[in-house]
Amino acid sequence: MFKKILIANRGEIALRVLSACKELGIRTVAVYSDVDRDSLHVRFADEEVCIGPARSIDSYLNIPNIISAAEITGADAIHPGYGFLAESSYLAEVCEACHIKFIGPSPRAIRLMGDKSLARRTMEKAGVPVLPGSNGVMGDAEQALHVAKSIGYPVILKASAGGGGRGMRIVENEAELSKAFRAARHEAESAFGVSDVYLEKYLKSPRHIEIQVLADSKGNVVHLGERECSIQRRHQKLLEESPSPVVSDRLRKKMGRMAVAGARAVDYVNAGTVEFLLDEKEKFYFMEMNTRIQVEHPVTEMVTGVDLLKEQIRIADGESLGYSQKEVSFNGASIECRINAEDPDTFTPSPGTIHAFELPGGPGVRVDTAAHSECKVLPYYDSMIAKLVVHDRDRKAAIARMRRALGLTIVEGVKTTVPLHQKILADQDFQEGRYNTRFLERFAAKDNTAVT
Amino acid sequence: MNLKELRKLIDLVLEKGITEFEIEEKGVKVKIKKGHDSPPPPTPLAVASSRGKDLSSTETAQPSMEKAATMEEDGVSLVRSPMVGTFYQAPEPNAPPFVKEGDRVEVGQVLCVIEAMKLMNEIESVEGGKIVKVFVEDGQPVQFGDELFTIRVGS
Repeated sequence: MFKKILIANRGEIALRVLSACKELGIRTVAVYSDVDRDSLHVRFADEEVCIGPARSIDSYLNIPNIISAAEITGADAIHPGYGFLAESSYLAEVCEACHIKFIGPSPRAIRLMGDKSLARRTMEKAGVPVLPGSNGVMGDAEQALHVAKSIGYPVILKASAGGGGRGMRIVENEAELSKAFRAARHEAESAFGVSDVYLEKYLKSPRHIEIQVLADSKGNVVHLGERECSIQRRHQKLLEESPSPVVSDRLRKKMGRMAVAGARAVDYVNAGTVEFLLDEKEKFYFMEMNTRIQVEHPVTEMVTGVDLLKEQIRIADGESLGYSQKEVSFNGASIECRINAEDPDTFTPSPGTIHAFELPGGPGVRVDTAAHSECKVLPYYDSMIAKLVVHDRDRKAAIARMRRALGLTIVEGVKTTVPLHQKILADQDFQEGRYNTRFLERFAAKDNTAVT
Repeated sequence: MNLKELRKLIDLVLEKGITEFEIEEKGVKVKIKKGHDSPPPPTPLAVASSRGKDLSSTETAQPSMEKAATMEEDGVSLVRSPMVGTFYQAPEPNAPPFVKEGDRVEVGQVLCVIEAMKLMNEIESVEGGKIVKVFVEDGQPVQFGDELFTIRVGS
């Protein structure tokens, strides 16, 4: 087993990795930017290395400094967490060259899935359903018009180098397409440095359902069921749950099989997530694969009892999964609310100092956080300050438990998304499981009319 | 010129230590000027008023330390490590050190080497003066921001 792991991240995920390491008896190295000196991940790590100034580009994204930190501390593996360098095939490559284990998939798998157009083609070849669309990137507007005509409007133009909701443009009709195509290429070029754009059928109100997979280096691949992530605004997830209120056992098996086939197609190793769009007729389509641990992984842990972080470390160390798909079972229901330091109505970040910070405990409640009383929410980084997670025997009980937990939450000094979560959980459509990715849009509209 | 190109340009100007830069392209004129309107003080004495200010808790969006950053106090400049790596005081084992306490250094003179990812990075002095103190030993690992040398500027 690894003796020492360097955690190339900050905030709650750095603490989450650190916790897994502690339980496995592995020493930890925290890296930090000079404004994060007093962070909990630094305090609780066995060793710590300052890797640069506040700006992430100079610190948490600074590969030479991170690799050097691993070298001077003698760390034998690096866990990238999520965000920052988690999906950098370059970091994975450099790790290989420096004989440091990258806790994640191969550089090739990261690259294949990072190119969204290539990922789509790879999945299609593996038999995973994809939305009707262009077979690869579009050369010119003429070609885009042709493809759009054959699949029907609305369509969506996506940047090949995009992902996570960035670099997309919806086109309602033929008249808008040429202009949108040029604009999308321009946007892609300036945002990602690559102007490649592809085209897909646009689903107006799908659900966002993703499947967690785990694959070891011996070729064993299992899925751990779905996470329902349709509660999002501007493609940022806010509340996630498992199981999804609309996924039946049959559909779960089918989607799980497809996710496993997709992972196999790229010789995937470690934890990964295959994201699908699901329509009202239970038809689902591949959207993208995230080649890292995800923010919302706790809901899967709660219903399956599998510690995904420990699994990531075990797998990276060359161990076999040790269980088959049949042995993966699902128990009860889990919900996660992302508590962000932001205005719950306008979604603008609310950095500052937290003066009071009390998160609830009690049965079935889990809190993943690196925040504490008198800590600063820095403007340089992500605004998420805590993940409040509950588990109970069924969805109805889990909703009641989450409402109780949110009611017992105190965060003072910064604005948070707590009031918004309370409104979502009190909503009748939500309670009955009737929602899709547009849910919050409608919600915000309701809010605005109430306010103005 | 879009925002991204502009940002790149600013980064480049900062990186190269240029104080003023002007470009005209397709009728668009961009002028980048570092710092305040007044010219930079000719002697480090003027910045000595920032003494005691805690750089680590700076809340502005500017990078708090530049390459081989220096912090001046009464004409003494502190050289901090601009990167994480292993500190070497000499170009090769058994060779005499680049500098030792009491040595006179010029701007641009190599002070030490920091090895990062198998690359030897020469750290050059941004001040001319006398080495007052060497804080690290040969072969010692250093972090970003670690104190390496103090230089008495001018003397």
